[in-house]
Amino acid sequence: MDDTTPSTTPSRRAFLGGALRLAGGAWVLFSGGPLADALATAGAPGEGYDWTEHRYAYLIDTEKCIGCGSCARACAAENDVPDGFFRTWIERYVVGVEGSHVDSPNGGKDGFPPVQVGFEPTKAFFVPKLCNHCKETPCIQVCPVGASYRTKDGMVLVDGERCIGCAYCVQACPYGSRFLDPVTHTAEKCTWCYHRVTKGLRPACVEVCPTGTRMFGDMKRDGDPVRHAIEHDRVAILQGHLLTEPQCFYLHLDKEVR
Amino acid sequence: MPEIQGFAFPNDTHVHWSLMIVMYPYITGFVAGSFIVTSLYHLFGHQAFRPIARLAMATSFAFLLVASMPLQLHLGHPERGPLVMITPHFTSAMAGFGILYSGYLAVLVLEVWFVWRAAIIERARRSRGVARAFYKLLALYTYDTSPEALEIDHRAIGLLAGIGLPMACMLHGYVGFIFGAIKANPWWSTPLMPVIFLLSAAVSGIAMLIVLYQALSKIKQRAADQACVAALARWLWFFLILTITLELLEIIVMAYERSESWLIISELLSTRLQFSYITVQMIVGGLIPLILLGIVVLMNRYLHERLRNTLSTVAALLCLVQVFSMRWNIVVGGQLLSKSLRGLRSPYEPEIFGREGVLMAIALVVIPFVILWVFDRVVGIDAGEPAGGAEGGAPAVADGTAAH
Repeated sequence: MDDTTPSTTPSRRAFLGGALRLAGGAWVLFSGGPLADALATAGAPGEGYDWTEHRYAYLIDTEKCIGCGSCARACAAENDVPDGFFRTWIERYVVGVEGSHVDSPNGGKDGFPPVQVGFEPTKAFFVPKLCNHCKETPCIQVCPVGASYRTKDGMVLVDGERCIGCAYCVQACPYGSRFLDPVTHTAEKCTWCYHRVTKGLRPACVEVCPTGTRMFGDMKRDGDPVRHAIEHDRVAILQGHLLTEPQCFYLHLDKEVR
Repeated sequence: MPEIQGFAFPNDTHVHWSLMIVMYPYITGFVAGSFIVTSLYHLFGHQAFRPIARLAMATSFAFLLVASMPLQLHLGHPERGPLVMITPHFTSAMAGFGILYSGYLAVLVLEVWFVWRAAIIERARRSRGVARAFYKLLALYTYDTSPEALEIDHRAIGLLAGIGLPMACMLHGYVGFIFGAIKANPWWSTPLMPVIFLLSAAVSGIAMLIVLYQALSKIKQRAADQACVAALARWLWFFLILTITLELLEIIVMAYERSESWLIISELLSTRLQFSYITVQMIVGGLIPLILLGIVVLMNRYLHERLRNTLSTVAALLCLVQVFSMRWNIVVGGQLLSKSLRGLRSPYEPEIFGREGVLMAIALVVIPFVILWVFDRVVGIDAGEPAGGAEGGAPAVADGTAAH
């Protein structure tokens, strides 16, 4: 019998104190690196560009879209989007009194083949979709590690170096704008071509749009036509009841579009 | 490529939350459910549960050790998983998991240690060499089994159970919150979700203990304590009634409100989930055990021991199926319907092999039983059980009586 082993009672306080200090130290040690990284990646995007001087917005005039699919193709090429996944896409609506038909074959990348519907259509139109870069976005809210973030110039981006690939943001986005990239295994989405915009260029989809359906503007720039339209015309947003405050605005949006 | 019926947003055709995310609430449910049973004894003095109180705590512990594994297996970047713990983003429900999980783990480890402390010391005294060093380490080099020390153990167990019960409930309620707070998905977004998850956790935990207790009785060739079996059946019946009621209420409210999403959800339930929801979750796993348990509870005094054991075990097995199908229908079902609310994708079939496959899911359920077996070998699940009265009763266990 080894009953002589001393009780630990006298040193319990010291032990607990030491353990707490050790745990705190370990936390700082482990979190220090990633935190510093996070702060670094959240820094300003490049030299000569002041992100506090801009706040971007996107405007889509659905009456002008012809469903050519140039935007979706340009996006895929510019951003290396894997097949079967979409940073932007185009939806076709064929609507009648008796019913409605919606489709988006391959995201509209290859255009739209003729379609037969089982009711008498009274109107048909195309609606381009992309990330709405919401101000109150659920995707940033749910990210467990803060990999999704909003830049000061108003874009919702994903830090691919921090994303753990849990797909919670994919589930939380009401617009289906996000996906888990099968190559990088991280969340991917439309960036409004941040790499282009910060160099004074327009997003690829806006650049190639032949009808001026897609417009990109700066709400902090005087005389900006997009800003003017958003401020003075009747614009709509998608799924407004969810209060996500989208920064993509639509002109002539039909009630069928969600 | 999955087939789409109607119109789905082009990115909504993938099931990103796979079988592992079905397993995650299933396993966490056992943790919370078993802890509720052990609390009914330790905290609420429900004496009928005395024969399984320790088994319940060990079960909760064993399942808790694997509870985070399915999440880890699911991640696109598992190596970055610890970031959730060390750089949490506090607006995220998922980040809360790390904190709740580790907090509950700490409480449970402490409680397990206090409950089995006397047994560990006893083993340390009996063994020699390496084994003795091992048990000595487990006992944290303290061999004090004086009545005063056991009284402190007893008070610590009570306190930890008091902290542990709300933590276990929060741990699982929070799992429901992960789904219930996603406003983008109408099949998930309901405040009932955390409550349903919590109640079904109690169902799965109690059902698991019924099956485990019967299996152990067979293996160890001891008759199952009938008061305990009847009490387990009664509580299982109670929680099953609440669970099924709330699960039905969720649907009925949606249908009666004729909400925007009901059109697509009714289609989801009547086509893609017809088998797993209506047949398995509601009839085979819901209605039938409800009747079987009703017989056990209402006709208890007329039942032969063997019939009581059989009826409650069959009902418990069906309840385990019910809870699994509920997890499946929520997690997978929610991803079959597109957020366009205009389309459904073809059913999801999990892979067999691979990180998120069926075999891995089976392994995740088997591992806790291996842990339980090791636990039993190392300290003995029933070892140190006071001969009379509960730990909840007077701390009358004198030094040495802990030995079996």
